[in-house]
Amino acid sequence: MNATSPLRGLAALLLCVSPAAAALRVVTTTTDLADVARAVGGDLVEVSSIASGTQDAHVIEARPSTMLVARKADLLVEVGMELEIGWLGPVVEGARNPHIAAGQPGRLDASATVRRLEVPGGTLDRSMGDVHALGNPHYWLDPWNVRVIATAIASRLGELDAANAARYRGNSADFEQRVDEAMFGAPLVAKLGGDALWQAASAGDVEAALASRRAADPSLPALGGWSAKLRPWRGARVLTYHRSWSYLLDRFGLQSAGEIEPKPGIPPTPGHLAELVASCRTPPVKAILVEPFYNDQAPRLVASQIGATVLRLPLSVGGDAAAKDWFALMDHVVGDLAAALGAPAP
Amino acid sequence: MIRLARGALRPLPLALVPLCVLATTAAAQQPADIDSLRREVAASRARLDDERRRLDELEAQLASLGPAPASSPAAQPPPAAQPPPAPPPPTSAAPTPTRLRLLDISLNGLFAAGASTASDDALALLEAGGHDPHQRGFTVQNVELSLLGAVDPYLKGEAHVVMQIDSSGETNVELEEAFLTTQTLPHGLQLKAGQYFTDFGRQNATHPHSWDFVNQPVIASRLLGGDGLRGPGARLSWLTPAPWYSELMLSVQNARGETAASFFGADGEPIAGHPREHPGVHAPDDMLVSARWLNSFTVTPHATLNLGASAAFGPNGSGNDASTRLAGADAFLKWTPANAQRGVPFVAWQTEIMARDFEAGAFVDETGVAHAAEELRDWGFVSQLTWGFRPRWAIGWRIDRAEGEDSDVLDASLDPLRDRRTRFSTALTFRPTEFSKLRFQHDFDHAPFLAGLPDESTDAHSLWIQWEFNLGAHGAHAF
Repeated sequence: MNATSPLRGLAALLLCVSPAAAALRVVTTTTDLADVARAVGGDLVEVSSIASGTQDAHVIEARPSTMLVARKADLLVEVGMELEIGWLGPVVEGARNPHIAAGQPGRLDASATVRRLEVPGGTLDRSMGDVHALGNPHYWLDPWNVRVIATAIASRLGELDAANAARYRGNSADFEQRVDEAMFGAPLVAKLGGDALWQAASAGDVEAALASRRAADPSLPALGGWSAKLRPWRGARVLTYHRSWSYLLDRFGLQSAGEIEPKPGIPPTPGHLAELVASCRTPPVKAILVEPFYNDQAPRLVASQIGATVLRLPLSVGGDAAAKDWFALMDHVVGDLAAALGAPAP
Repeated sequence: MIRLARGALRPLPLALVPLCVLATTAAAQQPADIDSLRREVAASRARLDDERRRLDELEAQLASLGPAPASSPAAQPPPAAQPPPAPPPPTSAAPTPTRLRLLDISLNGLFAAGASTASDDALALLEAGGHDPHQRGFTVQNVELSLLGAVDPYLKGEAHVVMQIDSSGETNVELEEAFLTTQTLPHGLQLKAGQYFTDFGRQNATHPHSWDFVNQPVIASRLLGGDGLRGPGARLSWLTPAPWYSELMLSVQNARGETAASFFGADGEPIAGHPREHPGVHAPDDMLVSARWLNSFTVTPHATLNLGASAAFGPNGSGNDASTRLAGADAFLKWTPANAQRGVPFVAWQTEIMARDFEAGAFVDETGVAHAAEELRDWGFVSQLTWGFRPRWAIGWRIDRAEGEDSDVLDASLDPLRDRRTRFSTALTFRPTEFSKLRFQHDFDHAPFLAGLPDESTDAHSLWIQWEFNLGAHGAHAF
């Protein structure tokens, strides 16, 4: 009896020291996912991102240090849709952490529930460049998708840490509310609720979808937030370097005037740039969006020919000093884009 | 989304009960805590009730706005211009397409063409690597079929079958690697079993299409063999709990065959004139045992330094209990800034040094002359710097040095595999995408053994053009 009790004590001590007592360790591939995970997990989780905000998440190196981070992860959240195809496999394998293997509860593919764009049909091959068979993976600049990601992360954290499931859900609800208010303006969200507004937005123009309600109820608060900020330029054409901005353009009713890259992942050629210059004069393109990690020489050349502004904007949280979190990132991108588009057409 | 969340909420109060019981049991020693736990449970219940109320409200709002025609008194008949069809609810994410991923298949073709001041006979000796371009004109260096995938929840499988065409035009097929790795062992352990490249230094386990130059380092060809050190066996690897990346690998493989060149080697092939025989495996020390310790350090957020040490021990068949010891050290430093465009710019420096101690047994040659046992020492190093200076382009410089101490049987200066050699290489590489490559390389070789060939200078200049294509699955890149 006396001999066993120290053993029991030791066992109890070991059990207490096991990671269950500590915060859940969440590792994300990108800073955007990390920001959402922080918002949802609060002080119950420790979050780190493998990529930094200025890096191109297509081409992260599978450095041993990243394996070390992944080794201790309770949950690995990836963007998915083949964005990390070139490096996440060796990171997970090198980490020797069976909990984060594909299909395990410790692995979350954030793309599983998002709204996807540019899912290609027909036959694909590499002569088309760096095409993603599952659709465009740059989905985190659509606020709806970030809202969905928050829900998914909260639900997964709740599975891994059932005791705090309600707190994760509560945090996620708060985050989603913030997204809704930033998107549509707080007064309108207070009046109609976020879900109703997203329902309206799914048709395209929220304001148009609300027209009948507005007619019936003149006291309905005005549209605010990012939606209001970019609404004057619905239909305006924007040129981008890579198709990293498709979700932003689609959500706010802007149109793509093409890409500086002739094909995804293929650098621009003089002939392609000449075609862009010709096609972007009428109707005029006012803004060219460039990711922090692409050379802006070609975009500047095109901009000088068509009188557009080159916007080198962060694509992810931490992409520049202003993009401190996802809301700041969106404020920054939406604000600069609105400014570059200039006075709205009458 | 709402329906789902609601469904998930219902069992929660039930689920909370056992948890609370657990929590209570755990805290049983401190009765004062029971009250606070009770308060927490009550608070949780209240929160859940709030959530449920909020969901009900939301559902009601949804219903009032929703597509159900005229069911809601608040909805005005839509203007004629507005088409009435219901917009898809924002929650309808496209169903994730199912992909059955049983096998990743890829085919890599690696070819070279070149010209040299050295004759074909001399080139065959200078380019001692099995995948090196080894003649004037064209060389099919390596056509590699790779297959890999998950075997089951516990194992991954991987195979690489290599085809080559030798100088006589004959096609050779060899099983370069085929092995399984465990995926679920605890404590950072991983077991690999099958036919595989020995973890000795950095270069040895690298496949030819991932090399930074068209040919392999001279010292690697000599000590690890033209086709690299590999063979059937099993390897245990342990990622230690150290605060930096520190991995220990221990491997046991067959010591026989041309891919164990410094050990039993290919049957009957001598080293420095000493014949070797394979007497069969009688004891554990008739196997090739190797170990590697790999460490990785984050020097700055954008620079990584890998430091490795390797050793291999095994019998060599040149005499009773004659054995070979290999030792090596390697360093790899790579810098890539955070805003690299498709991985460029980067600067990578890689250096390996390795040495061999070959216990050569006594023997009597065909002419009846007796040769005493001797120790044969060889060593060499390779150091290379690669600079990705603009997207798709990289330039690299490499220096190679290899030498062996004299043997009583065969003068090292006459032995193409032990002579003191130096090589300087410069390679310019263009990668249109990650699936293709075009490379130009200049080699300057200084090799005194060439004086033994008729009309051959001891210095040689060679120019190579190399090209590569990669079909099939998008492979991930090892660091």
